[in-house]
Amino acid sequence: MKLAFDIALRFLKSSKGQTALIVLGIAIGVSVQIFIGSLITGLQKSLIDKTVGSASQITVSAKTDGDFILAPQAEIKTIKAANPDEIINLVAVTQGPAILKTADQSTTIILRGFDWDDAQGIYKIVDRMVNGELGTNENEVIIGTDLSENLNIRIGDSIEMIIPNGKAQQFLVTGFFDLQVKSLNKSWILTNENTVQAFLETGEGVSQIEMQVNDVFAADEVATAVEKRLNDDTLVVTNWKAENAALLSGLSGQTASSLMIQVFVLISVVLGIASVLAISVVQKSRQIGILKAMGMHNPKASLVFLFQGFLLGILGAFVGVGLGIGLSWSFATFVTNPDGSSLVPFYIDWIFIGISAGIAITASTMAALIPAIRVSQLDPMEVIKNG
Amino acid sequence: MDNFVVEVKGVSKVYGKMIKTVALHELDLGFTTGSFNAIIGESGSGKSTLLNIIGTLDRPTKGEVIINGVSTRNLSKGRLADLRNETLGFVFQFHYLLPEFTALENVLMPYRIVNGKVDRKSQARAKEILNLVGLEKVENNLATNMSGGQQQRTAIARALMNQPKIILADEPTGNLDSQTTDSIYQLFRKINQERGTTFIIITHDRRVAEKADRIVEILDGRISLDIVK
Ligand SMILES: Nc1ncnc2c1ncn2[C@@H]1O[C@H](COP(=O)(O)OP(=O)(O)OP(=O)(O)O)[C@@H](O)[C@H]1O
Ligand SMILES: [Mg+2]
Repeated sequence: MKLAFDIALRFLKSSKGQTALIVLGIAIGVSVQIFIGSLITGLQKSLIDKTVGSASQITVSAKTDGDFILAPQAEIKTIKAANPDEIINLVAVTQGPAILKTADQSTTIILRGFDWDDAQGIYKIVDRMVNGELGTNENEVIIGTDLSENLNIRIGDSIEMIIPNGKAQQFLVTGFFDLQVKSLNKSWILTNENTVQAFLETGEGVSQIEMQVNDVFAADEVATAVEKRLNDDTLVVTNWKAENAALLSGLSGQTASSLMIQVFVLISVVLGIASVLAISVVQKSRQIGILKAMGMHNPKASLVFLFQGFLLGILGAFVGVGLGIGLSWSFATFVTNPDGSSLVPFYIDWIFIGISAGIAITASTMAALIPAIRVSQLDPMEVIKNG
Repeated sequence: MDNFVVEVKGVSKVYGKMIKTVALHELDLGFTTGSFNAIIGESGSGKSTLLNIIGTLDRPTKGEVIINGVSTRNLSKGRLADLRNETLGFVFQFHYLLPEFTALENVLMPYRIVNGKVDRKSQARAKEILNLVGLEKVENNLATNMSGGQQQRTAIARALMNQPKIILADEPTGNLDSQTTDSIYQLFRKINQERGTTFIIITHDRRVAEKADRIVEILDGRISLDIVK
């Protein structure tokens, strides 16, 4: 073992150029794998985060439009109990359409009210405030940046809202938010729970209960569990996966194509190593012949080449991981959106990297198998005879 | 008869399938323990073929080779490899060192093939042998960084490493000057006398052959002359 390993090491060291070339080949293969892998994963993560990261992932609402959930706190307890480990950021939301009137314009908006602290989990309003403060007092509201620009509303302005039953009321604008989704910035007006419940006359009732889950991809299963637990015909449970089927099939298509690329990279790396090692068997046939003449057994002579494949794999994987991480990092750092944020966030998945490196090492060792078999077939007489 | 360390019994070697070249014709030959033998003969007579068959590197078409009392006919490749490692030392006409290793490492190679790791004792012995062949100054040179004569002497040192009973040498001094040739034969003789190692040496140098205990001449695959002094 030790001797075969030492000889393998010496062979690799003695032809440094060739060794460097194979290592580079493996390294490029590994780095492409890591780069594409983390690019796709990063892309998908950010896409999903943008889509549902700051939105309700499971929503419980009344079956009949316009009805309210009358005892929200009890329902929230039941919902949470359905899967305490997964369900997070529960918030009761009371909402309704309204017409916003300014001096010269009017526009349709949705007035949404919730407990500011509860809503922080999903909507992170505090971080999304661009100007002013949350409306914590009665009849105080915050509006989106786009709405404020469109209607030329300033902080401290008073605005009038009218709901479908004809009720109208004045509200004080205390701040602007930017949820980074234009349609929401244009159409949402947010307020505290008491204000909305008083204006919409819901009493203690709320329109819907929203929540998020730790594993966004488990949202459908959790939703089913919630539905079972609630066991209430008047309520419906929806989840983001059911509403974003097109996005999900796009993502899985992307995953499949990235897998294809990786498989082909792997195949080309294996072929490269196998062919270079096959050449090196020819180059080293003299040495192998001598070793066999001196009494080295065939399996051990083969082991020399398997070790070479293994060592090349380790070296290549090592360099490749560094290169791949560097590549991903540069991409995240230098390929940016107009606002300077990275197009695809830098994302390192050590498990994926470990698997890539492991596959490269295994593949290199496997690639050495054919040369190793040729070595065991080599007759020392060939060498002794032909000098 | 019991005293033969190498015995060749009715060995024939035929090369080729379509056009047959008979290299050896039913040879019978025995070498006694501790003897110093020279094999001579003109080019193409079958000397190397015979030596390679004795060294178990090649198999005879007919007949058998008995080494140390054991017939090699039915031994597996692994057993033959062990036999070569423990009992035989080879010195080829072209030195065949491993160019990736130093002189000392080359000398240690036959030891490492059986034992894997080098211990202090074997390291000391390798150095002692290198001393014997006068290479202590270049023991850490890569094989490629030595002169032809030094490489040949390293190959001889390597053949001695496992203290084999038999040393087989095929024109070991074929491309060395006469002074180096002399010193190498003196060394062979010394080892032969001190350790009782059996030597079978192919040479075309009459002067060298005359110093041997026995001269065997091969002609067209047959023994044409066998002189024991
Ligand atoms: N692989 C082979 N195939 C066919 N014929 C061979 C082969 N090897 C050797 N021979 C033939 O066998 C005969 C003996 O060859 P061998 O190498 O034993 O000669 P030799 O006595 O060692 O010659 P030299 O002094 O030139 O080294 C020669 O006629 C040679 O052509
Ligand atoms: Mg010859």
